[in-house]
Amino acid sequence: MDILYNILIDPFVQMGSAPDFFLQVLWSGFVAGTLYSLIALGFVLIFKASGVFNFAQGIMVVFAALTLVGLYQAGVPAWIALFLTIGAMFALAWLVERIVLRNLVNQEEIILFMATIGLNYFLIGFGEYVFGGEPKPMIAKELGLPTGSTTFEPFGGIVIIEHLDVAAVIMAIVLVSALAIFFNKTRIGRALRAVADDHQAALSVGISLNQIWVIVWFAAGIVALATGIMWGAKSDVSFALQIVALKALPVLIIGGFTSIPGAIIGGLVIGFGEKLFEIYWGALLGSGVEGWFAYVIALIFLLFRPQGLFGEKIIERI
Amino acid sequence: MNMAVKPADANDGRANAPEVMLDISNISLSFGGVHAIKDVSFNIHKGEIRAIIGPNGAGKTSMLNVINGFYHPQVGEITFKGNTRTQMRPYVAATQGIARTFQNVALFHGMSTLDNIMSGRTLKMHKNFFWQMLRYGPAMQEEVEHRERVEEIIDFLEIQHIRRTPVGRLPYGLQKRVELARALAMEPELLLLDEPMAGMNLEEKEDMSRFILDVNDQFGTTIALIEHDMGVVMDLSTRVVVLDHGEKIADGTPAEVSSDQNVIDAYLGVAH
Ligand SMILES: Nc1ncnc2c1ncn2[C@@H]1O[C@H](COP(=O)(O)OP(=O)(O)O)[C@@H](O)[C@H]1O
Ligand SMILES: [Mg+2]
Repeated sequence: MDILYNILIDPFVQMGSAPDFFLQVLWSGFVAGTLYSLIALGFVLIFKASGVFNFAQGIMVVFAALTLVGLYQAGVPAWIALFLTIGAMFALAWLVERIVLRNLVNQEEIILFMATIGLNYFLIGFGEYVFGGEPKPMIAKELGLPTGSTTFEPFGGIVIIEHLDVAAVIMAIVLVSALAIFFNKTRIGRALRAVADDHQAALSVGISLNQIWVIVWFAAGIVALATGIMWGAKSDVSFALQIVALKALPVLIIGGFTSIPGAIIGGLVIGFGEKLFEIYWGALLGSGVEGWFAYVIALIFLLFRPQGLFGEKIIERI
Repeated sequence: MNMAVKPADANDGRANAPEVMLDISNISLSFGGVHAIKDVSFNIHKGEIRAIIGPNGAGKTSMLNVINGFYHPQVGEITFKGNTRTQMRPYVAATQGIARTFQNVALFHGMSTLDNIMSGRTLKMHKNFFWQMLRYGPAMQEEVEHRERVEEIIDFLEIQHIRRTPVGRLPYGLQKRVELARALAMEPELLLLDEPMAGMNLEEKEDMSRFILDVNDQFGTTIALIEHDMGVVMDLSTRVVVLDHGEKIADGTPAEVSSDQNVIDAYLGVAH
């Protein structure tokens, strides 16, 4: 009975008895969740347009952040380094389309997937060669990201909100909204959905696959850069950052691989879930719940709802 | 602005020497050991309805795929509006004014009828997507203009009532009609129709026949039509090319080909 009490009742008693702390936990879950959503969105865009799971998305986060910091350390002013990095992400998108996708069009999906694994290792090698392998500090202050924190005192307790986290949330929301509007309301967005639905029909109305591919890879590159800056500002910029992108996999399994709203909600579910679980149920299971929680949730989804919350199959089952 | 004066009519020779819009010259196409098309030549005149008929597996669909660039023939040339190429690319075909429908309906299943048809306007829209995203005036204006054009097509094909319906939910006959609407939204000069009436009941076939004639008549669109129903072919087409086992076995008016012994033999081999 003790164990049931510990699982079913005690966590909620704790939440109720220290509501300020509960708010603090929710906030940190929300911050992580928005960034997970962002990173998952990068995968979704590429998956919709080319049906390929981009294994290199994680390393793109590292590569973007490294380029930014590397340029700054080489003496380029921060803001110019940022624009040059955006340019580099465009160049990467263009090269991937030219060298990889264009030549592999009509190949099996598994071959495209293998190609992204190749791209992954190329970017690791190239990044290390150019910028070196040692961790670097993110140039957060130079880019105008806020430091410091504000303390609130709700329910007679305290909640500390880091300004950097507020900036991360705002940036994620702005970027996610912009991408969602872009892909829902514009001609390019309609074209992307058309390509995702039927390749040949899309070609027949004059949609250029090459153009769509460059656009989605560029969008994924921008997302990678934004994630790299924010996550890099919390820790350091190093190849370990790519692990963040691994969290996107469970997010995608929950949200469905082809759904933009799914990526957003999946990200938030994982963000809130892993923080709440770590704090309130973690002691029962040994610590480090945050590391594996997302994958267990993903497994449960795979067993009971493999298409995810918003996956394609639901729409087609009429 | 005197619309009654048509200078072209003054040219007497014109009516006797129709303008060739598409010329297919010695096309051969094979997949590994399968010879889908063997040294086929024919042309399509501006303004005509050109039927392509033949038993299953004759190479009709492959021919349309060659014309709009899905398939690249090993031998031969394609001349469209005076430009000769050894192969088309789908994007080029679309920009040059070639639209098509598919034998197995190929719609964007997640989208509404309206969005499917709007996708046919892809090449007509020019405003920068950046402005579209900001819902900026001129870009919205452009969207509105295209919507008007699309609404005209919707009225023309009598599909107002399914405007907002996701196409996946539509019955087969209406899906074929939406596919035609999407192709028409491209305002094509050459329209390729791959069995637009397959699987339809008599009434639906009659509707579709009427639409095809009206498109040809009112918009002046040149049409290549693959069709199995000989009655429909006789009614609609100006000229007919007959394929069998990848080879051209006859070419002429509907009356000519239907009395051609090669054609009769080819069709006797197949239950119809
Ligand atoms: N993509 C392809 N790969 C291999 N064989 C094909 C392909 N497309 C068509 N064929 C072959 O070409 C021949 C002609 O097919 P098709 O053009 O579809 O005929 P039709 O439309 O007249 O029924 C058939 O033998 C078919 O199997
Ligand atoms: Mg066919």
